[in-house]
Amino acid sequence: MTTEEPLLEVRGLTVGFPTVDGLVKAANTVDLEIRPGETLALLGETGSGKTVLGMAILRLLQPNTRIEGEILYRGRNLLSLSEGEMQKIRGREIAVVLQNTGTSLNPVLRVGDQIAEAVTLHRGLRGGDAEAAAVTLLDRVRIFDPARMAREYPHRFSGGMRERALIALALACEPSFLIADEPTRGLDAVTKREILDLFSEINPGRSVLFITHDIEAAATLAVRVAVMYAGEIVEIGPVDAVLSSPVHPYTRGLLASLPERGMRPIPGSSPSLITLPPGCRFSPRCTRAVGRCKKEHPELVEVGPDHDARCMYYD
Amino acid sequence: MMHGACTMIDICDLKTYYSAGFLHRTEVRAVDGVSFGIEKGETLGLVGESGCGKTTLGRSVIRLIEPTGGRVVFDGTDVTALSRKDLRRFRRRMQMIFQDAYTSLNPRMRVSESIAEPLRIHRIEDRAGIDRRVRDLIEAVGLNEEHLNRRPYELSGGQNQRVVLARVLALEPEFIVADEPTAGLDVSVQAQILTLFRDIWREYHTTCLYISHDLGVVRAMSDRVAVMLKGRIVEIGQVADVLDHPCHPYTRLLVAAPVDDKEFSCPVSAGAPAMVEVRPGHWVEATAR
Repeated sequence: MTTEEPLLEVRGLTVGFPTVDGLVKAANTVDLEIRPGETLALLGETGSGKTVLGMAILRLLQPNTRIEGEILYRGRNLLSLSEGEMQKIRGREIAVVLQNTGTSLNPVLRVGDQIAEAVTLHRGLRGGDAEAAAVTLLDRVRIFDPARMAREYPHRFSGGMRERALIALALACEPSFLIADEPTRGLDAVTKREILDLFSEINPGRSVLFITHDIEAAATLAVRVAVMYAGEIVEIGPVDAVLSSPVHPYTRGLLASLPERGMRPIPGSSPSLITLPPGCRFSPRCTRAVGRCKKEHPELVEVGPDHDARCMYYD
Repeated sequence: MMHGACTMIDICDLKTYYSAGFLHRTEVRAVDGVSFGIEKGETLGLVGESGCGKTTLGRSVIRLIEPTGGRVVFDGTDVTALSRKDLRRFRRRMQMIFQDAYTSLNPRMRVSESIAEPLRIHRIEDRAGIDRRVRDLIEAVGLNEEHLNRRPYELSGGQNQRVVLARVLALEPEFIVADEPTAGLDVSVQAQILTLFRDIWREYHTTCLYISHDLGVVRAMSDRVAVMLKGRIVEIGQVADVLDHPCHPYTRLLVAAPVDDKEFSCPVSAGAPAMVEVRPGHWVEATAR
């Protein structure tokens, strides 16, 4: 729908993890593009493959992972780069705000030193200059008294402050593409809103892949939203269209599960990624499923302007 | 001030202080003079940001943490005055559901043993009776007999929370403190667990203190809601009153209400902070000025 070249294009990405029980098919022929300056929310539940997609773009998956397809960044396929070439892109051009588990920062290094390390590595600043840059970054993410907090260890930071520090770390090199993995997980309502505000403040003109299970957060930040289920994108489109008039039965079920939208649960549970159901992956839980849904695997088809869904009813 | 005809639990000036800091010389007032009542069959939601004292309050009410002062009267009995032995017997009537179901369950016990344990400890059933009750309970929470032989690590987060609920229901408690029981669960699983809780609580007419920082969840689960800030309740009332017409500045921040709502401004007190009834059953702590 846009004439601009996408900044990042994922084509037919399939990711599998070999385990003793069989191959875990974490992502299946994912097609996705991220346009310059847009925030795309990748919405999905635990095990839907959203983090795997983010980590595949950064090439941070384990070496024995089976990866097929292409990930084109400014026209270059990231999957065929050498590790050395990838290191020049990772952090500098494509940065990540890791999931805030309390373990994403090194507990035995001062927060300022961890940020200074990234600055030294990618921008070549040394000693006092790198430290000053770290303080500036902490100030930018609205850490109160940044010069003092830079000398503190991560355990002195609250959950919200750690999240800010992780954002500062990702911003160290002014990346043109930011992947944020569940940045609001585990934060309370007020802190969450502050972090979302910070995100819209720091990212004008930057492309962001915002991985989240939080529908409200996706609605606040994203221009487009992609919904993942069992390793596949089942619906993708403009945020208003997808969240106010969803097409795919899973998206509808997910939205209806929200306490503020009636809290009607989807029956059943997500399928095992080792033995996926034949046909449509959502069909065992879908109230509208007919015989064809259990046999044929649906493709993504256009259901509206810039809006695609993977459902037989629209084929 | 907030006592109904059939108050199930009555909390009066409850205080829980911790000592912290260098040589334990700093006093942290996690719960600092809290009073409210919960009627029989009612669910009171407790909201507030992390660190405001809501978990400490929940645990102090059933004496998992010893309160520093104040009283908790449960169905006419002063819980704070019970001996340890009497308290243990009394606990059968007051149960707790914790945030993390996985760590609430003994990893070495099969699901069947976990559910049978409270029945055995409180000597509620004989062996045959226990087996029958365990099978009834596992079905009541939407699992089946096949799950009875599993261990917690073989179940998902939502399934473990169902096992915890079965364990709690085994004792048929009249009062349940639920502390963020769906934090960390996916929305669709959360909806499954919450509708299950709600249906069962309605069926058994259970009284509940529901702790959460998720306002959407609290709205869906509670009849009334209390807002906690720095160890104190600053606003309490019917869910629709408090969340749609918040008066206290902190509640307004929490629900992101427009700042210039003159109609429901916070009452001002000249002296010490005091609770003021702004509408029937809707109490707000007056701000000092």
